[in-house]
Amino acid sequence: MEGIEKSFPGVRAVRHGRLELRAGEVLALLGENGAGKSTLIKVLAGALRPDAGTIRIDGQAVHITSPHDAQRLGISVVYQEFNLIPALSARENIFLGRERTRAGFIGRGEEQRQARALFARLNVRIDPETPCRDLTIAQQQCVEIAKALAQRARILVLDEPSAVLTSQEVEQLFAIIRELQTQGLGIIYISHRLDEVFALAQRATIMRDGQYIDTQPVPNLTRARIIELMVGRALEQEFPKHKASPGPVRLAVTNLCRGRKVRNVSFQVRAGEIVALTGLVGSGRTETVRLLFGADRADSGRIELDGRPLRIPSPRAAVRAGIGLLPEDRKTQGLVLTQSVCENFGLPNLPALTRMGFVARKRERAAYTGYVETLRIRSYGPEQRARELSGGNQQKVVLAKWLERRCDVLIFDEPTRGIDVGAKYEIYLLMNRLAAEGKAILMVSSELPEVLGMADRILVMHEGRMTGEITDVAGANQQDILNLAVSGAGRQSP
Amino acid sequence: MKRALSDYGMLGALLLLCAFFSWRTYDEQQPTGAAAGRQVASLVAKTARAGARVLIATRDNDEDREFADALTNALAAAGMVVVETVHGQPVDARRAMTRIVESGQSLDFIACNHATATWPVFQNLAEKLPPLAKTVLVQPQSYGWPNFLKTDNLLNVANQIVVIAIIAIGMTIVILTGGIDLSVGSFVALSAVVATWLIAHAETQPGWGAMTLACASGIAVTAALGLFSGVMVTMFSIPPFIVTLAMMLVGSGLAYLLSKGESIYRIPESFIWLGRGTLGGIPHSVILMGGLYVLAHIVTSRMSLGRYVYAVGGNREAARLSGVPVTAVLLLAYTLSGALAGLGGIVTASQLKSGSPNYGTMYELYVIAAVVVGGTSLSGGEGKIFGTLIGAFIIAVIQNGMNLTGVESYTQKVVLGLVILGAVLLDRLKKKRWLGSA
Repeated sequence: MEGIEKSFPGVRAVRHGRLELRAGEVLALLGENGAGKSTLIKVLAGALRPDAGTIRIDGQAVHITSPHDAQRLGISVVYQEFNLIPALSARENIFLGRERTRAGFIGRGEEQRQARALFARLNVRIDPETPCRDLTIAQQQCVEIAKALAQRARILVLDEPSAVLTSQEVEQLFAIIRELQTQGLGIIYISHRLDEVFALAQRATIMRDGQYIDTQPVPNLTRARIIELMVGRALEQEFPKHKASPGPVRLAVTNLCRGRKVRNVSFQVRAGEIVALTGLVGSGRTETVRLLFGADRADSGRIELDGRPLRIPSPRAAVRAGIGLLPEDRKTQGLVLTQSVCENFGLPNLPALTRMGFVARKRERAAYTGYVETLRIRSYGPEQRARELSGGNQQKVVLAKWLERRCDVLIFDEPTRGIDVGAKYEIYLLMNRLAAEGKAILMVSSELPEVLGMADRILVMHEGRMTGEITDVAGANQQDILNLAVSGAGRQSP
Repeated sequence: MKRALSDYGMLGALLLLCAFFSWRTYDEQQPTGAAAGRQVASLVAKTARAGARVLIATRDNDEDREFADALTNALAAAGMVVVETVHGQPVDARRAMTRIVESGQSLDFIACNHATATWPVFQNLAEKLPPLAKTVLVQPQSYGWPNFLKTDNLLNVANQIVVIAIIAIGMTIVILTGGIDLSVGSFVALSAVVATWLIAHAETQPGWGAMTLACASGIAVTAALGLFSGVMVTMFSIPPFIVTLAMMLVGSGLAYLLSKGESIYRIPESFIWLGRGTLGGIPHSVILMGGLYVLAHIVTSRMSLGRYVYAVGGNREAARLSGVPVTAVLLLAYTLSGALAGLGGIVTASQLKSGSPNYGTMYELYVIAAVVVGGTSLSGGEGKIFGTLIGAFIIAVIQNGMNLTGVESYTQKVVLGLVILGAVLLDRLKKKRWLGSA
């Protein structure tokens, strides 16, 4: 791909987009959110038409005007949001639109054989007849990849495939990718996790602000160098230093239960402290914090805030009590994407911003504008629709609404998922500042470097139970956490 | 500016439609009534000296009496003498003229309106009654004006659409929350039947208070059913389409049960105050509609309740996790929709001075069409109240315009269907271009 350009009204998403992929290699495509990676990929996949530029495959110039063209040329993209139909089986999804038919009837046996062969190629064991909604996320990803292979893909694009996986599943994914590589596929791998780039990719292409910056063999690069290329300036460190001075206990949870997901969970969070809650996906972390926020109802258990028992039947009650949740999925849970950023900001704060039922819009705007400066939210203005913001800025808008609400307990569920390095650092700084102001911060995270880098204390869950607590964070490593997360029988800190 | 244009782009379409039908219905117009009377008087005054003698010839109806009265007053003010005023047939005019001639009096003018001016009795007057050879026949001057833009016709358009437009307010709010309400049509019938049944079965002749109470009962019944729909939608998570489809049948069935399938006519004359009464020439129901729209606009754009409605429709989960009382907002939306459908029923009953279980058939579809043509997204979270009003008027103007230009009613349906599709298509294309592709 060369000289790719694509503009949207008011934005030039990609200028001088460039990408070169060799057969049998893994190319990492790196850049902050909004750097133009997705746009470039969409052009390749035929989802968007470029304003200018040429694409050549095996030296031949090609015109890709629709997703169908791209498929015909052997280009397949596995997006972050899967394109699977939940009620259909793995086999049916793989052959959707390209059913192997005989006289109009689906050749079920033939399809099954082919599906099995594809899964064997990927070295995974999945029953082709299982409906996709009953598969784990990792298995669904395999179905997506198998679907790409069934289309005889020669170029496979994986858009942040690891974001939704646990560390073990990521290892399995890597094995699959390496296998495909030896079979001669060219793979474009998009990720924010630089560890993975070093583990997997041979070369890396870096983009910034819609422009092609550089392509380098990975062994020539260092972490710091990549970040520098992505951000355009050097970052001193990935996790800002923070000195905790914990105050009295703010949030105390005793024997919290809900079904099999959350079983007798007890812990405390002090004022001025950042406590990380981690574990594998499905270990009950998110379920636990949803109980604290009233998003689901607890079967039993006690929640105390500043020593007073609290009943939280609904998120509304939690908000009144001064608890704020930054949900793991900003787009479906954190923001109303059709509304403006200012309206999103105002949503939990309307009771304070309302006189006789009328919204004091000037005050609302003024309050929001204040946060634009302190949180460095980058948008065209308060009227911009929330959906048009980048992930990092969306997260800041969610944070702003809880700060205005003067929440004393802030729950960050995967605070930096899908957020680029520069914005990540800003979010970390903000978390530290909030802790220093005496707020109690509970952070749910799957990213162990983040957990180790940010937390004052680490809580680990396994199958709905609290299996351990690490108080000496500086002396712990990822293996310590994994031991607790996997078996539930690891080292118990004093 | 760009935003306002996209929000109210349909206003342009409405104005274009009005312009089109104005052009198509441009016609010769004959002034009638008091205005015509004053015009004739001034024509007479221009050419005659004071004391000129005038005979007024009109038909025997209300409009012509207004004409004659205005003319008489204006002539008197100008110092003219009205010899005689005829209300009746050509033969009456002939007798009057003959009387004047026989009594030896002179006659300077005969004042006619556009209808009486064509009476044969006034043609070749010099031959029939030579003494009147110098008498001048005066009639109002005709002028060119579109039938569509005549005051009566515009009021007619407003009257036709008022019920749909009122119900569409509630529908807009329900659709903004991401729902739909199919029960409104049958609620129109139910509320009309409940109110008229109560009035018809009153022991004594019901007064203002009793009739208001009966209407309030009709609205309360449909509001309660709306609330019930809301409960089903929120507490039991049944899709709104199914719930309101069921309530549509329930509402219609109840209306037939209560009325035993017959229309209710025993209604006092004063009941038509709301539907047919006017204030300064504007029907009360239209004033009510305007007020409701202003109110709804303020609530949805300025009040926290409105903000909540958009948030619930835009992203229910995000709204809930932001502390928005989602259940309360939804309950209110469906209750409001029920109540406004009930009000629509009252207006219909008042316009027709009766209650019938047949009222409101297919209204839900026209109402939804008005909302959608007005630019509100069926997936919720996006749309404007005044957009809906414009949408309702687009539908009404097209119907009215086709009536005026003599389009057959079957053809009208086809055209209306295509227009609805076209409006939504236009909206889609516009949005697509502005959002890039995708």
